[in-house]
Amino acid sequence: MTNKIDIRDLDLFYGKFHALKDVSMAVRQNGITALIGPSGCGKSTLLRCLNRMNDLIPGCRVSGSVALDGRNIYAPDAEVASLRKRVGMVFQRPNPFPLSVRDNVVYGLKVAGSHDRRQLAETAERSLRGAWLWDQVKDKLDAPALGLPLDQQQRLCVARLLAVQPEVILMDEPCSALDPIATMKIEELMLELKRDYTIAIVTHNMQQAARVSDFSGYMLLGEMVEFGETNQVFTRPADKRTEDYITGRYG
Amino acid sequence: MKLFGEKGVERLLTGIAFSAISALLLIALFIFSEGLPFIMRYGLRGFLFSSEWQPQAGQFGIFPMIVATLWVTLGAIAIGAPLGVAGAVFLTEFMPRPVMRAVKPTIELLAGIPSVVYGFIGVMVLAPLIRSTFGGPGLSLLAASIILGVMILPTVISISIDAIMAVPQSYREGSLALGATTWQTVRMVTVPAARSGIIASIILAMGRAVGETMAVIMVAGNAVKLPGSALDSVRTLTANIALEMGYATGTHRQALFATGVVLFVVVMALNSIAGLAIRQKAGRR
Repeated sequence: MTNKIDIRDLDLFYGKFHALKDVSMAVRQNGITALIGPSGCGKSTLLRCLNRMNDLIPGCRVSGSVALDGRNIYAPDAEVASLRKRVGMVFQRPNPFPLSVRDNVVYGLKVAGSHDRRQLAETAERSLRGAWLWDQVKDKLDAPALGLPLDQQQRLCVARLLAVQPEVILMDEPCSALDPIATMKIEELMLELKRDYTIAIVTHNMQQAARVSDFSGYMLLGEMVEFGETNQVFTRPADKRTEDYITGRYG
Repeated sequence: MKLFGEKGVERLLTGIAFSAISALLLIALFIFSEGLPFIMRYGLRGFLFSSEWQPQAGQFGIFPMIVATLWVTLGAIAIGAPLGVAGAVFLTEFMPRPVMRAVKPTIELLAGIPSVVYGFIGVMVLAPLIRSTFGGPGLSLLAASIILGVMILPTVISISIDAIMAVPQSYREGSLALGATTWQTVRMVTVPAARSGIIASIILAMGRAVGETMAVIMVAGNAVKLPGSALDSVRTLTANIALEMGYATGTHRQALFATGVVLFVVVMALNSIAGLAIRQKAGRR
């Protein structure tokens, strides 16, 4: 396996607040990399660095490098929109657009300038199948997306992402708004998706990290305390702080 | 310490609410009772669709003024709505928030300028400019539309900004995370999501444009005739009432009240049409 994303000496400030401190880690191609840690440790911030969503926050400064296939996405000549086509994101709260199911799925394609109806319809079906949603919504493609149950909304957000064929999928606590059964479906979906995609996930749920991820990073107060294979991090953590967190003595 | 019981407060608030409604009802009643008998006597068709307005000769046709009111309003919307919505989009989506927060109250100050001042600027600056550029008398439908277009800007901008700000940030993030540019996000997600609020801002602006009197009297020229072009002098319904009420007596005075009735109905109709439009759009989501 090769590294899809290489993060080197990444520092991030929100104004004067030092949110990420000299973080280095890698996201493996076709693997699931999980970021765990207590609230406010910077794991979501780190995830959002990978497709530069932090650019939206005023007063946010980044130094260090994040290389996607060897090219720094923070280089001055890097294109943010095309970066985000390659590195997509699923958010904590399902956030389908207030449009029909169909229009949600093909949104990314329309943004990219594709208007061929046949092609849009084919992609919509393929993406919805890819997110295991096709059977539930095939009869209501023109219904408003906000009328779907939450877990279907979340899988619609995944489908919407699959339609633009990204290389990396970032998931920011994708199951925190979902019940256990819906969570299980999303987890199974992730395991399926990692054949074709590289996935990085932030989760509060340690069992989730242990179940689905290949690599895990434990963060605390903006530092990457420990990063390694999930097996090793969860069974033989090298750092005392990791052990405390994982065994439930902290956080 | 309880000054009023729950019931007492409820009754008090109900009373206050009804006093506002009854004021509206009284005004409507007054206008209708003064104006309707005239319309009955004179004939609705002759009143609405005749172009002869000669109070001394007993001829009261307000068709030119209805047309003028519609054109002036449409012109104001055509100028003010795109500028206002574009301004609101620019301020919320392309400017840093602190800048927007500084500029928005400044724009709202525009609404506090007395309309006579707008009219004054129209007479001194705009009318001569139109006269020397396009010809005609200068005091014209075009001048009135431009002045009104500027006057409705604060309404459109302020309410549109509120509507756009109310769009959840998660929609924007979702769109940007799919590789959309800021402009694509604005066009395909943010503005459609804020649509009903933006339409509401335009409706309110329309109401203001139809009802505005002083500025229009000063710049529209006030000739009672069907406008042949945007450069012609026109008289709106409101201007007609304001100009003649001072000396009108008898039938003439009743005819002016009847003009008020028409104005009332036009505004109500505009509002209901727009309201329907909103509900339809909202229902489609």
